[in-house]
Amino acid sequence: MSSDKVLLDYGSGGKASQRLISELFIKNFANPELERLNDAAAFNIDGKISMSTDSFTVDPIFFPGGDIGSLAVHGTVNDVAMLGAIPKYLTCAYMIEEGLPMADLERIVISMSEAVKEAGVAIVTGDTKVVPKGAIDKIFINTTGVGQIVADPMPSGDRAAVGDVVLLSGTMGDHGLTILGTREGLSLESNVKSDSAALNHLLVKLVQEISDIHVLRDPTRGGLATTLNEITTASNVCCELEESSIPVKPEVVGGCSFLGLDPLYLANEGKFLCILPQKSAQQALEIMRADKLGADACQVGIITDAKPGKVILVTPLGGRRLLNMLEGEQLPRIC
Amino acid sequence: MSLKILEQFKNPDLCKKLLDRLDEELESDLRFMEVCGTHTVAIFRSGLHSVLPERLIHLSGPGCPVCVTHESEVNAFLDLAGKDNVIIATFGDLIKVPGKKGHCLKNAQAEGARVEIIYSPFDALDIARKNPDDTVVFLGVGFETTAPIIAATVLMAKEQGLKNFKVLSFHKLVPPALDVLISDPETCIDGFILPGHVSTVIGIHPYDFICAKYGKPAVVTGFDPVDILQALLQMVRSMKDEHPAVINQYQRCVSENGNLKAIETMYQVFQPSDALWRGIGRIPSSGLVFKDEYEAFDAIKIFDLKIGECPSLPGCKCGDVLKGKMTPEQCPLFGKACTPAKPVGPCMVSTEGSCAAYFKYKVD
Repeated sequence: MSSDKVLLDYGSGGKASQRLISELFIKNFANPELERLNDAAAFNIDGKISMSTDSFTVDPIFFPGGDIGSLAVHGTVNDVAMLGAIPKYLTCAYMIEEGLPMADLERIVISMSEAVKEAGVAIVTGDTKVVPKGAIDKIFINTTGVGQIVADPMPSGDRAAVGDVVLLSGTMGDHGLTILGTREGLSLESNVKSDSAALNHLLVKLVQEISDIHVLRDPTRGGLATTLNEITTASNVCCELEESSIPVKPEVVGGCSFLGLDPLYLANEGKFLCILPQKSAQQALEIMRADKLGADACQVGIITDAKPGKVILVTPLGGRRLLNMLEGEQLPRIC
Repeated sequence: MSLKILEQFKNPDLCKKLLDRLDEELESDLRFMEVCGTHTVAIFRSGLHSVLPERLIHLSGPGCPVCVTHESEVNAFLDLAGKDNVIIATFGDLIKVPGKKGHCLKNAQAEGARVEIIYSPFDALDIARKNPDDTVVFLGVGFETTAPIIAATVLMAKEQGLKNFKVLSFHKLVPPALDVLISDPETCIDGFILPGHVSTVIGIHPYDFICAKYGKPAVVTGFDPVDILQALLQMVRSMKDEHPAVINQYQRCVSENGNLKAIETMYQVFQPSDALWRGIGRIPSSGLVFKDEYEAFDAIKIFDLKIGECPSLPGCKCGDVLKGKMTPEQCPLFGKACTPAKPVGPCMVSTEGSCAAYFKYKVD
């Protein structure tokens, strides 16, 4: 590229755009379908398709454990996989603020291409827009993914049933605290980093070996508390969670206490919830723990009919309280 | 103090022993009130509320600075937010507090007001430095806990000659409000759990009147379940004492005389004045206003703001809840017309408000 900053010209559709597409995107995302440079991508997928889209606007764009590029792959790949599907193809649309350092863009594209390879998916079509300075904050990325559903019946948020158990693949709050901590420029004096990762290989293994998984869901924005409330509402059941069994890293507990946040409401980008009948729980935990992305997997709760639509947290003291959905964002408190 | 030691203040076995002891020693009903929003939330979040002996009746007092910020004060900062060339700097939980017509800073922000959420008032000085053509107004809402830091920020702004930094001082002082609560013949509170954070600054003696004048037990305590249970046990024992004195359970953070430097800094910049408390009304000498020599930082004077009484919210019983006359659930609006999504009164607005805590955490 001739400039060390992204210029409006690069989104003009002219030669400058073409250079950016071929020298950066095509080069890094290389695959035959993309290289055809058609207006659309053509591909075959057998059977039922899982499809999901997400726009990534994370600030900061680089953070410990990842960046907006890898996150844009992981987020969509994971969502597609949560229906018991093998993610196959992604689209990606870049919206770039004029003046973004070219080195940052390259770093994001390379990170994205690595994430795509690791997840075993291909970016088959895309779009690039450059908008005037101030129109957006640095860079936004949208990805849409499609995959082939292999689970039958398909896991779904409305299938949690009384008697099921709730498994969690690992620690809560790592991503959310990393982002908030980095954004506020807080030195948390710890190794806390985002858990952003593609979960599809582990999820596909789970659904292929266990046929009666009722719900798979990644507790992203709004965290575990929000995700479980969505599931209990959709399934009209109650979830009783054992607080002491929910894994949270000590440094995340410390950081949250400092910032007045609750780790159960913080986003995760490399964790999932699995709700299934008790009889299959042990097998699921063994599969999860055999994978580094599920090494801390454990049972955190049960599905009951105590208070349909609600999540009850049983505290270490044996007290019971609601774990409600948040009204808006978590905000730093006055005292 | 190491994390391992601090973990002991959450120890479930220790809590169970303290709960058993409380049950044994309680001879009659005891209505205790905490006057700190962090205690309110701690009691619910830990599940303590659901395991306390039935005879121990938990009331939540005016413990959250957001809850007691008066409607006319909220209207004042909404008016300020609407001005050109003003940047509002605030701690986060104020931005949802409704003023006139249910409007809050979040709405103002969507309409173009410049509102910055900060973690430390010193961040407001950075914003002022970076925006020399604007006036940065920090919303000084809080108790004795935060007032000294705000005062220190004003001193720093003065030292640095930063002229575009102002503070809207709506600070409130806890002991005068407690006096009003206890002296109200309609309130029936047997003992007080006193705020740990405020007490780190003011120490324990400003509360002496609770015991000396009214003969009620009062315990300064921390925020973990073991702290709170130990304080309740001390309160039960103190009830039997003919001459109760303020007990300091939170000795790992609170010293008898508080933080003298912080108190000195606070009173270097501010002086006591009457203040309006939401749900309670005007309380003499319960607020902090700028001393004359620092009036150049006083947003009320600079912007000529009028802070006056205004009609209370129709149907809202927050005043009675704050005084311990009723529990949130006894308010006819609770959970129906008044929810965290559409709060009518201040106790439902703040994450540390008693109504919000009941709504958010209580199972049955």
